[in-house]
Amino acid sequence: MSLLTLSSLRKSFVSPDGGRKVIVDVPEFSLEAGQQLALRGESGSGKTTFLHLIAGILAADAGSVLIGDRDMAKLSEHARDRLRAESIGYIFQTFNLLQGYSCLENVLLGMAFGGGGVDRPRAMAMLERVGLSHRLHHFPRQLSTGQQQRVAVARALANRPKLVLADEPTGNLDRKNAREALALIRETCRENGASLLLVSHDPEVLGAFEDVRDFAEINQALKEVAP
Amino acid sequence: MTLPLIIRRSLRQHAFSTTITALAIALAGGLLMSVWVVKEQAQKTFTQVNTGFDAVLGARSSKLQLVLNAIFHLEASPGNVAVADYEFIKKHPAVKLAIPIAVGDNLRGFRIVGTIPEFFSDVEYSAGKKFTFSAGGLFDPAAKEAVLGSFAAQQLGLKVGDAFHPFHGLVFDEKNQHADTFHVTGILAPSNTPADKVVWIPLRGLQTMAGHDPKVATDVSAVLIQLRSPAAGFMLDMMYNKQGNRLTFAFPIGAIMAELFQKISWFDQVLALVAYLVALVSAAGVLAAIYNSMTARRRDIAILRALGAGRMLLFSAIVIEAAVIGALGMAAAFGVYAVILTGVAAVIRAQTGVLLETFAYNPVMLWAPLGMIVLCALCGVLPAWKAYRTDVAENLSPVS
Repeated sequence: MSLLTLSSLRKSFVSPDGGRKVIVDVPEFSLEAGQQLALRGESGSGKTTFLHLIAGILAADAGSVLIGDRDMAKLSEHARDRLRAESIGYIFQTFNLLQGYSCLENVLLGMAFGGGGVDRPRAMAMLERVGLSHRLHHFPRQLSTGQQQRVAVARALANRPKLVLADEPTGNLDRKNAREALALIRETCRENGASLLLVSHDPEVLGAFEDVRDFAEINQALKEVAP
Repeated sequence: MTLPLIIRRSLRQHAFSTTITALAIALAGGLLMSVWVVKEQAQKTFTQVNTGFDAVLGARSSKLQLVLNAIFHLEASPGNVAVADYEFIKKHPAVKLAIPIAVGDNLRGFRIVGTIPEFFSDVEYSAGKKFTFSAGGLFDPAAKEAVLGSFAAQQLGLKVGDAFHPFHGLVFDEKNQHADTFHVTGILAPSNTPADKVVWIPLRGLQTMAGHDPKVATDVSAVLIQLRSPAAGFMLDMMYNKQGNRLTFAFPIGAIMAELFQKISWFDQVLALVAYLVALVSAAGVLAAIYNSMTARRRDIAILRALGAGRMLLFSAIVIEAAVIGALGMAAAFGVYAVILTGVAAVIRAQTGVLLETFAYNPVMLWAPLGMIVLCALCGVLPAWKAYRTDVAENLSPVS
């Protein structure tokens, strides 16, 4: 059964010359429940915009983004925020941890805005799962980059999301940490029954996935500008 | 827990500007409350202080001058009242008690006032309270003895048994020392009235001091009067002020002081205006502090939005944060208020002998903090609006 179904999804931005430039044009795309899929795409190919549309951070110009039976593209901004908080975990390349909050608070905030309420034992268990039970009250600046990404993984999965979106999650890590982080993301998604949609340009990351697709195949906007 | 956590962390992240802004509010709030309380307390206290008398009879002058001179021991005496006038009013059927006073000398700046023992034995300076002694007792009206008000005794460093030479005039000048020697027989317990800053000696003692004009030795400076009924006051007012032209009958004392405060009310208004402006500027400081930190906050706001936080939640967080800075400032404002009021009360006490009720409840202690918190919250609206409009995708860099 599809967890995520996109159809006729389009997003354009105003270009410097005053016209509109289409960044994302995806006629159809789907992701099964529990599936882990990596999308291969170069920098500037619209991968982040694509993930932002799925997460409801950006509103689509047209099309639909069905997450389960709810269409993210048809919801108000407030409802999109709510659906994102309840159903989606997001892992960023730069981790995007809140610097003024401890590791535990960062993870607690990952579950604060959904309907399920804050579950402190769950947050602590997630940090223990990523090997940071001894760093609960440390601040992000007191952690190594590898550890920071592990906090980000714990935060993304804290709210038991159905879907985890990962945008170049290993882009800021060295090879060893990248391998470990990737394994951790995949394992924790599996353990929590979450689907994983990861975008990357790194062959090593992509090589770790059984299921890899070219973003250029999915995004018609890239074909339009291709020579 | 989310909203309080976001506010707490934001305050901590911007601890320096939070502290400076809260301190500015504390100073402004403390100043505002002080100006207000001093204005109200001074008016209330000075229109109620009459040292137990209803009226003052003195030489032809303004009523205010008479009251300030005879009750508050501040102004110069406008002239003398002949002993016959004193004897006349003393025996008047409308008068319950008449106490003569004589002024004209000082002891190192503290006014020496001559009076009769009845001032201490028969007068209640406020309802149910008579003068009592903390040490020693009353002077002998025929001897060169003195009773010191508590504040005067403390400032002059005199105790029972000590001797002193008065100085001529109301302003202290070392060259004008009298040869007469007076001995302290008693120190009054604090009454928080102008009597506390006076050196009291027998009426005869002042009238017959070496160097004073013997021709007016029986005259008094003023007569303090208790009436049998308020109606009698209006009758005497008619007799002395409208029909006569030698003497002035100052009645009622409270109304005369209230007139003084009315005359200087513009000064209160200026002070209050300054205090309001300072409060407004300090609240604007909250706006500036939060607004200037918005660039640094944008990323956090974007991250929180990406985690699912709604726009309204983040808008509220900033408005409440501004209100909390206001509340912290106003909590500290009570400390500033205490310092200012203690200083002002000490000055007023030194100048007049009157003690303000510094820490008595005043409604300003409720409306000033509430008003300031609301004002700060309003100042938070503009940066909160900026937070509300923060573009999430734009602030979640980098983009791949």
